[in-house]
Amino acid sequence: MATTGLPGTTLRAVKVAARRDPALVRSGLIASGLCFLALFLVLPLMAVFASAFSGGIAAYWSAITQPEALSAVRLTLLAALIAVPLNVVFGLAASWCIARFDFTGKQLLLTLIDVPFTVSPVISGMLFVLLFGAQGVFGNWLIDHNIRIVFAVPGIVLATIFVTFPFVARELIPTMLALGSDEEQAALTLGASGWRTFLRVTLPNVKWSLLYGVILCNARAMGEFGAVSVVSGHIRGLTNTMPLYVEILYNDYQFSSAFAVASLLAMLALVTLVAKSIVEWKSARDLEASRRRENADEY
Amino acid sequence: MSIEAREITKRFGSFVALDRVSLRVEAGELVALLGPSGSGKTTLLRIVAGLEFPDSGSVLFDGQDTTDRSAQDRGVGFVFQHYALFRHMSVYDNVAFGLTVKPRRERLPAAKIKARVHELLKLVQLDWLASQYPSQLSGGQRQRVALARALAVEPRVLLLDEPFGALDAKVRQELRRWLRRLHDEIHVTSIFVTHDQEEALEVADRVVVMNSGRIEQEGSPNDVYHHPASPFVYRFLGNINLFHARMEDGRVLISEPVNGRPVGPSEPLAYVRPHLMNIERQPHKPNQLAVWVRHINSAGPLVKVELATEHGDQIHVEISHERYEELGLNEDDAVFVSPRDVKVF
Amino acid sequence: MRTSLKKRSALPGFGLATGWTVFYLSLIVLIPVSTLFFKSASLTWSQFWSVATGPRALAAYRLSLVASLVAASVNGVFGLVVSWILVRYRFPLRRLVDGLVDLPFALPTSVAGIVLTTLYAPTGRIGSLLAKIGIKVAYTPLGITVALVFIGLPFVVRTVQPVLQDLDPEIEESSESLGASFGRTFRRVLLPEILPAWVTGCTLAFARGLGEYGSVVFIAGNMPMRTEITPLLIMTKLDEFEYGQATAIAVVFLVVAFSLMLATNFLQRRKVALPVLG
Repeated sequence: MATTGLPGTTLRAVKVAARRDPALVRSGLIASGLCFLALFLVLPLMAVFASAFSGGIAAYWSAITQPEALSAVRLTLLAALIAVPLNVVFGLAASWCIARFDFTGKQLLLTLIDVPFTVSPVISGMLFVLLFGAQGVFGNWLIDHNIRIVFAVPGIVLATIFVTFPFVARELIPTMLALGSDEEQAALTLGASGWRTFLRVTLPNVKWSLLYGVILCNARAMGEFGAVSVVSGHIRGLTNTMPLYVEILYNDYQFSSAFAVASLLAMLALVTLVAKSIVEWKSARDLEASRRRENADEY
Repeated sequence: MSIEAREITKRFGSFVALDRVSLRVEAGELVALLGPSGSGKTTLLRIVAGLEFPDSGSVLFDGQDTTDRSAQDRGVGFVFQHYALFRHMSVYDNVAFGLTVKPRRERLPAAKIKARVHELLKLVQLDWLASQYPSQLSGGQRQRVALARALAVEPRVLLLDEPFGALDAKVRQELRRWLRRLHDEIHVTSIFVTHDQEEALEVADRVVVMNSGRIEQEGSPNDVYHHPASPFVYRFLGNINLFHARMEDGRVLISEPVNGRPVGPSEPLAYVRPHLMNIERQPHKPNQLAVWVRHINSAGPLVKVELATEHGDQIHVEISHERYEELGLNEDDAVFVSPRDVKVF
Repeated sequence: MRTSLKKRSALPGFGLATGWTVFYLSLIVLIPVSTLFFKSASLTWSQFWSVATGPRALAAYRLSLVASLVAASVNGVFGLVVSWILVRYRFPLRRLVDGLVDLPFALPTSVAGIVLTTLYAPTGRIGSLLAKIGIKVAYTPLGITVALVFIGLPFVVRTVQPVLQDLDPEIEESSESLGASFGRTFRRVLLPEILPAWVTGCTLAFARGLGEYGSVVFIAGNMPMRTEITPLLIMTKLDEFEYGQATAIAVVFLVVAFSLMLATNFLQRRKVALPVLG
């Protein structure tokens, strides 16, 4: 669920009290809620796959094995493979910083971490164009050194890093705050160095939050459209990620091919949702286990 | 190993937690830091451990200045109030942790580590739980694991922060005695923090009473209980009755109870413990008060009698069951109370 | 007496962790954002003003604001319904539905964009049905609103859900034992509890709608002054290499966005959960 930090429980058993709600209200709400979701979620999801296979399996296969399609897949994977680990390291460092120490400027740090969430993806991409584009701050310097960032792969990777970097940090910080530093202090008194403590005590305790953050970060990294669109220049076969490639195919009226590639992304989305649920479930299980026997009175 | 804290001062914002506190603990001693919340006792303990750093003053281990050393290098064993066991490790791994993070040169071979861990688990009588996880243990068991874990690295000093504070009364009592026995066996210099005066008096070799960032008194349990140096110590270590007093012919005579009313700054006050007061049917001593029995509670080792003066001020007295039967007390009886032992401050 | 910016603490690693964090943040956030203001300074004040408040820009702001507001309201109502039924009732496939609510978070926006357009175009499954009763969705502001409803769907649900789950059943029970009807109980007892979370969820959905690009740009038709949303206007200016103008509009957008963020942070202090994705 989307809360600050991994939620303690997923859907719990339905509360007894709810059975007292009048039956009419109950069925009315369920009906309208489900209709709404069917219209806005289920229908579009099914439409993606229906349109993808509308030209037959052979057309589907050829659409996703086109050289341009494959290079889009490669670029998407590359961006994710660079952005996610970097953001994990950042997230771990930031949460260690914020959750374990007291210093002035903490609130500022937190606000800065939230920036990509507040900013429209188009503006995020624009920032990089302003910095590294031909007319940008570093434009001339880059041209002199024959380095291309905007309208090339590095720009795409940078934009992806920008829009996804808060995810891991935002999952880890509340978890680490909630855990408290007692265990780390204990490890310290037992002679463990900072790194040892971090690796053997802190990381295992935050593993579900970390994994959750990675899942979200990856989903966004692979699916980002707006920011990357600004930066990429849409050069076929070179600077198109999968989401961009979908747009190009669609604008070219190659609808079933567009949906074929889109279906791959939709499958990724479903995998993400499943992975999320598993992590949530495992984390809830862990939390339940540690809540047991809190007030035992045995000697 | 001896520990010395010299002129330790620590502030949190504008709150003064410790005000030039000095303390010396001899090798092998078991010392209790006793005091109410906010007295600074936990802060002092954590400064000795290296988990906090003083604003001024120094900490010495065996005469060597360790004030700036990190907790990692001090060789202290620390037991936390809420155990701080590593929740993702088994009991065995928890206890073995300190031994497994030693630098390669100092690390024992795996077999020796295993032997030592089991030895310690036997010592705390938890060998049978070695493969369990902290969430599967009771509070008392967790605390014993925490102790074993701290002892595994053969610390030079053992520091315990309200070790039994989170446990039920019965468990607390049993673990208290168990800790005393353990210390008698192992003789490692130990300091523990508590707000429970019964615990401090029962377990410690020496008690250090703290209040508002300062040490009020230190001495053996006997010393602080029977010869308190200040009203605070007296009140903190047991129940009291407080009377206005005056001196006559070198003797202390009590008059009315103070009963919470404001008292002049230099007025002498008499402190009397409930079990050090006599109840008589007939008046025959000069230092007596006329009172009425209000409530009797005879369920316990002593009989607790609540009495009131004619003004309604309360006095608490504890007498033995024999004396209670001798007197044949009932509610609303008119009797006389007098003090056997009075402390005047 | 040492006074410093940081209390000395027992745990190590402060220097390293902070150093890396600050370095990374500067690189990735501070420098890019500051160039924004740097660049817009290249316009004169009157130029800035004329672009930022020109008729095309104003039309774009109006469209973004209105569409986001309507979408957020729709999500406010139905989001509440959905979180209500998920927490309080049993029905088949409940867990599946719960997982599916996050689909708009997980699905890339361009995929959402093309599928919604296909569905609501006059030739699409839904579009054709609506055309029969004279309603045009694709390439109109209505289409934009539909896309924004999709995008903002999880926000209200996910902020209200934890609050509903943590509600103490005893509160309801005591209200009923005192004789209150269901409607009464809901209005007087439950609504105040969930109101802060609900408002936060709606605000977040609104903020997200303002900046949304990918899912809207296909269904909108993008006619200036009619169906051009603010992010698209910025994009167009960039394509035309009018960096100063694009920046001017972006600055206006950022001011609004940051104010909203401050508002939600303020609301969050009332102990409300906050969605992660934006």
